[in-house]
Amino acid sequence: MSPLNVKTKSRLSSRVQDIQPSGIRRFFDLASSMDNIISLGVGEPDFITPWNIREASISSMERGFTAYSANAGVLELRQEITKYMYNRFDVDYDAETEVLVTVGASEAIDIGCRAILDPGDEVIIVEPGFVSYSPLVSMAGGVPVSVGTRIEDDFKVSAEQIRAAITANTKALMISFPNNPTGAVMLREDLQEIAVLAEEHDLIVFSDEIYAELSYDNQHVSFAALEGMKERTILISGFSKAFAMTGWRLGFVMAPPDLLAAMLKLHQYSLMCAPTMAQYGALEALKSGMDDVERMKQSYKQRRGFFVESFAEMGLACHMPGGAFYAFPSIKATGLTSEEFAEKLLYEEHVAVVPGDIFGAGGEGHIRCSYATSMDNLQEATKRMKRFVSKHL
Amino acid sequence: MTDKELEILRIIEEDARIDLNTLAKMTSINEEEIKAILKKLEEKKVILNYSTVVDWSKVPQAEQVTAMIDVKVTPKRGVGFDEVAERIYRFTEVQALYLMSGAYDLQVVIEGKTMQEIARFVSEKLSSIDSVISTTTHFQLKKYKHDGIVFEEGEEDRRIVVTP
Repeated sequence: MSPLNVKTKSRLSSRVQDIQPSGIRRFFDLASSMDNIISLGVGEPDFITPWNIREASISSMERGFTAYSANAGVLELRQEITKYMYNRFDVDYDAETEVLVTVGASEAIDIGCRAILDPGDEVIIVEPGFVSYSPLVSMAGGVPVSVGTRIEDDFKVSAEQIRAAITANTKALMISFPNNPTGAVMLREDLQEIAVLAEEHDLIVFSDEIYAELSYDNQHVSFAALEGMKERTILISGFSKAFAMTGWRLGFVMAPPDLLAAMLKLHQYSLMCAPTMAQYGALEALKSGMDDVERMKQSYKQRRGFFVESFAEMGLACHMPGGAFYAFPSIKATGLTSEEFAEKLLYEEHVAVVPGDIFGAGGEGHIRCSYATSMDNLQEATKRMKRFVSKHL
Repeated sequence: MTDKELEILRIIEEDARIDLNTLAKMTSINEEEIKAILKKLEEKKVILNYSTVVDWSKVPQAEQVTAMIDVKVTPKRGVGFDEVAERIYRFTEVQALYLMSGAYDLQVVIEGKTMQEIARFVSEKLSSIDSVISTTTHFQLKKYKHDGIVFEEGEEDRRIVVTP
């Protein structure tokens, strides 16, 4: 034990201390302390995992599939994943050397960063974006560099914006479309110019396509499907959003063999393998879950229609989100900051939304509202928000 | 049938009471067009009724018994099963009637106040029809799910209130 009069070094690493806790956390604590709230703050489907998937997982346990799987995941599942990704998104990967089943897409981002970053390497992160990107880059020793998108551009990112952030240290680019929190999508021609830039500057591109199935107006285009991009893409996806399997913690990453082997090394030391019973559920999801995906997608699309129109009635500008299940309206007309808006809305009307600034650059002045909740909740929430906004306009 | 008609049918099958304004926003079809679509589907008898699913077992005054009766019949030349089916479905006690493949021909769903009432229906009305050869009556003991709706526990929202 160290003497009391000696100032000891913190037992925590400076790297961890430098990372800020997620702003989501503070809001979660606030919202949890109140009763009768309607939450539009949930970043996951409101459906329960379809029964056939749950049943398949239960059955796998009954049959005794409770041991470790191969590090990269059950081979049959990896084969189904490659088939599915080929059929749905026109990307062609080898199940044995280019696919790794991870513990959620988050793990894939984590090991992807750790696999490629040396201290000081910069990663351009397109924001607003998922809250984990920047901390995961930092924890891997890299330097996150934000590029903010804007409502005027429907929250798409242009090659120009990215080019302006490139330095001699830029190693990689992190994009995610359909986007959480904006719901933005990028069409083939939008992605094409990014591809040219990636080629030009020899960037590795993390493309987090976890919301790919939830594209409502256009067929999703995978970044890895663009000509020449597979070689430099770390394609990340998973089962959470499309199949309503968030709690199963099951994602996957697809990448060229050298990158994948490096990620597999990290995965094998820190996790060994993704939970076997979850993998058997996922196998069933891919084999017979597409009708359920379509059913849920239709339902989100209808709720999107209802929800986005009601912002116009409130007098808040909102772009039409092409995917995911979030609307990201501007609240600038109220003169409040995102945090003030969200906090007051919670206290005055008991509706929980997430302030946009916690999703990084370009998020301030917006709030993220998830429409993955029942129509009854959406109707009541929009009624309350209308009342709230009319008071503050 | 158009995609728009199909989408509207799918939504109102789940919630017949949805208001026009909400339906219009959900589908991006304007209210006038929705009205016209509904009218057309009603006229074409695609939409037959806007009914309510009630769990009568929770209503003490309305206790009732439901039975499914398997009926074997002799089909008639020229009209097949349709004539005898019509004789059966005209009884108000008959809630549903299906022509089946397999071990029997018609399945009759009957609702009555008591088992006796149903027994009387079977022996006096159903069995006495000329072309009915035999009947097998099964009483429903409990309704778990009906018309896609689970009767017992509602599935509550178990998600935590704010997540990334």
